[in-house]
Amino acid sequence: MPPVTFRISRGDKTSTEFREYTTEAGEGMVVLDCVHQIQSESAPDLACRWNCKAGKCGSCSAEINGQPRLMCMTRMDMIDTSQPVTIEPLKSFPLIRDLVTDVSWNYRVKKSIKPFKPRKPDAPDGTWRMQQKDVDRVQEFRKCIECFLCQDVCHVLRDHHKHPEFAGPRHFVYTAALEMHPLDTEDRLGQMKHEGGIGYCNITKCCTKVCPEHITITDNAIIPLKERVVDEFYDPLTRLFRMFKPKK
Amino acid sequence: MQYQTYEHDVIVIGAGGAGLRAAIEASAAGCSVALICKSLLGKAHTVMAEGGMAAAMANVDDRDGWKVHFADTMRGGQYLNNWRMAELHAQQAPDRVKELEAWGAVFDRTKDGRILQRNFGGHRYPRLAHVGDRTGLEMIRTLQDHGIHQGIEVFMEMTAHTLLQESGPGSRVTGVFGYDRELGRFRVWKGKAIVLATGGIGRAFAVTSNSWEYTGDGQALAYRAGADLLDMEFVQFHPTGMVWPPSVKGILVTEGVRGEGGVLRNKDGHRFMFDDIPDNYKNQTAKDEEEGWRYVTGDKNANRPPELLTRDHVARCINREVKAGRGSPHGGVFLDIAWIKEKIPNAEAHIKKKLPSMYHQFMQLANVDITKVPMEVGPTTHYAMGGVRVDGETQMSTVPGLFAAGEVAAGLHGANRLGGNSLSDLVVFGKIAGEHAAKYAKANPASRVSDEQVDEAARRALAPFEKGARGENPYLIQHDLQETMQANVGIVRTENEMARALEDIQKLKARAANVGVPGNREYNPGWHTAIDLANLLCVAEAVTRSALDRPESRGAQFREDYPNKSEECSKFNIITRPVNGGAEMRVVRQPLTPIRDDLKKIIEEQAK
Repeated sequence: MPPVTFRISRGDKTSTEFREYTTEAGEGMVVLDCVHQIQSESAPDLACRWNCKAGKCGSCSAEINGQPRLMCMTRMDMIDTSQPVTIEPLKSFPLIRDLVTDVSWNYRVKKSIKPFKPRKPDAPDGTWRMQQKDVDRVQEFRKCIECFLCQDVCHVLRDHHKHPEFAGPRHFVYTAALEMHPLDTEDRLGQMKHEGGIGYCNITKCCTKVCPEHITITDNAIIPLKERVVDEFYDPLTRLFRMFKPKK
Repeated sequence: MQYQTYEHDVIVIGAGGAGLRAAIEASAAGCSVALICKSLLGKAHTVMAEGGMAAAMANVDDRDGWKVHFADTMRGGQYLNNWRMAELHAQQAPDRVKELEAWGAVFDRTKDGRILQRNFGGHRYPRLAHVGDRTGLEMIRTLQDHGIHQGIEVFMEMTAHTLLQESGPGSRVTGVFGYDRELGRFRVWKGKAIVLATGGIGRAFAVTSNSWEYTGDGQALAYRAGADLLDMEFVQFHPTGMVWPPSVKGILVTEGVRGEGGVLRNKDGHRFMFDDIPDNYKNQTAKDEEEGWRYVTGDKNANRPPELLTRDHVARCINREVKAGRGSPHGGVFLDIAWIKEKIPNAEAHIKKKLPSMYHQFMQLANVDITKVPMEVGPTTHYAMGGVRVDGETQMSTVPGLFAAGEVAAGLHGANRLGGNSLSDLVVFGKIAGEHAAKYAKANPASRVSDEQVDEAARRALAPFEKGARGENPYLIQHDLQETMQANVGIVRTENEMARALEDIQKLKARAANVGVPGNREYNPGWHTAIDLANLLCVAEAVTRSALDRPESRGAQFREDYPNKSEECSKFNIITRPVNGGAEMRVVRQPLTPIRDDLKKIIEEQAK
């Protein structure tokens, strides 16, 4: 492969600029390999996050030619290298430096969601019984590697900056995993409606499209959650029943 | 020198499985806990564990029990294990798995709705609780999502640089000096007890399954604090890493592939694992391919296929095939799971369900569809059996107040670790370390942190900036170290090569003293690499010196110049410790503690 030119966004919250770097892309290399090579050849202080380099930890999220992707799972032979390849940080979060953004908001949102609360164990030895088919859908959600690409691409966060009022796709998936967990007894629908702002999502499915774990975020997590919220808060019959239901 | 200070009862360094479990335990005991993680929370190396966690719950085969698990672990470790740790581990692992379920983990299920267990190398019965091939993710996420509600103070993207002590190496620890990645600011955590849970040393080698964080930080921190390191010569080379394309060389291919029926073949299509079966495993290994298949499909009367022998052995067999010119085009051998389509209907869907990450990994990184064609695999540096020497009951190191758990600690695995025993190790000993660190913190009031120590550490940390771009490039030194370790202290070792590695390490140390980085302290990976280098050089030297002092082949160590086990060498572990004020590294042979009679009896019974 001939040398490839990259345009990498450099800078911090005060200012950024694109700088060009050229490096050799060998057989089978991924974008993260090229970034590492650039670090060791010409830009040792180029900031980027990464850990596993195997698509399992979700650290190296970036926008490659405008597409939100994991740098470690994007092969050079998949992208057009006739033009310089652009690498930018995620846009939905404040920039720290170069390709690294401050994603701490996500950790705060997660902490605010009510934790797992299991029912009493099914067996005297303190264990439970669950059928595989009943855990399949929860296992899909639990594949999430918290790369936050779904948060990055969601226009409610990216364009409308609704961070304080909107939990974002990652946390809808997290909540769905808890709500649909066969053992869980907690109720988070009020949280989803109010603090989570799930009503803001207008199911454009951009999150599903970018998910590197292929979780069907919109169809399997967000829409069922929206339906539950509607049943709980807007269904006239349910409201009527609730008036006579003893308080929890 | 400016720095921010925090005070806690217990400081945990590292937020993988062991660190999180230790923090949860110490917090539950009423201690205030700081959890320092080098990366973002939930990204630690545990996330990469694939196959499962070993626990003798006997959900799939009721003949299993802690005694069998104990005996398997000791046999796998060639009896150099700390037998008390192996006992506690086998006894407590089932409770730790159940606890994870109570905290929200969703393991794969048996038909009657219990936790499913799978076969793995060296385990007599199906024993690994798992979630497809992403068990580590399930574990770390469960501990993380539980842990964030336990009042633990988490410090993300911060690196521990130096352990602070009352009066120099060997004395009680008083705190941790470190820096944050974001702005490069210095921090001091004052604490009564410290738990190291920093993982392994894989980045000392060129081909590794380990992430960038695995630079031996905990081992080096402990060593510089005067603690003993143990068994450092035993580095596990996982038999199956990816070998192609070059940029992904070393990435792990889970043993679960073989547990699900995957077989190893050379370029002639021959299943070479049947050619060489060690004597002590002969009566537990399948005599032909047909029996091996019956085993992986759950026939309790069948013995395991030779692909599921211990990792050290499988890695060497692969190495032998490649060296003999019978390897695959890119210098590995073939691992074939696609062949099971001859045996079962819907094989393609079955493989995708059982090994989803492997399917995607090969599809995306190598353009290989593992449901149709074999993978190419070869050995990759995977795990450090050695590490900080700890007390089996409490996980305290030889330095008062300093504890260690998980991969950074030594003892449980002896000369070779069985697959699946690391995830259970993390939670069993993470809990024990957290419990005893909390006890220690309650019994011992806080001690004063010395300003001079902090200033001295800060001065060392900043040294690379003084040389700037004129200094040695840290990436190149790291690269050279990885090359020499890979070539000279790898899967097959000789005295001459290791002596050469030691020379190289001394030269690299001299270069590292001159390391320089441009730029400033804000999120500067060059600077971080420069700091990690000191740790890598320390553990590389410890591995090499220990390996030289064990003139035999046992477990993960294979010496071409001493190809057999030696009776004499079966009687000691090797300790590495600093002498002459840290200027020199010394190795000491430490006689094994005689095993308790009841445990000895268990081993004898299980060998039948």
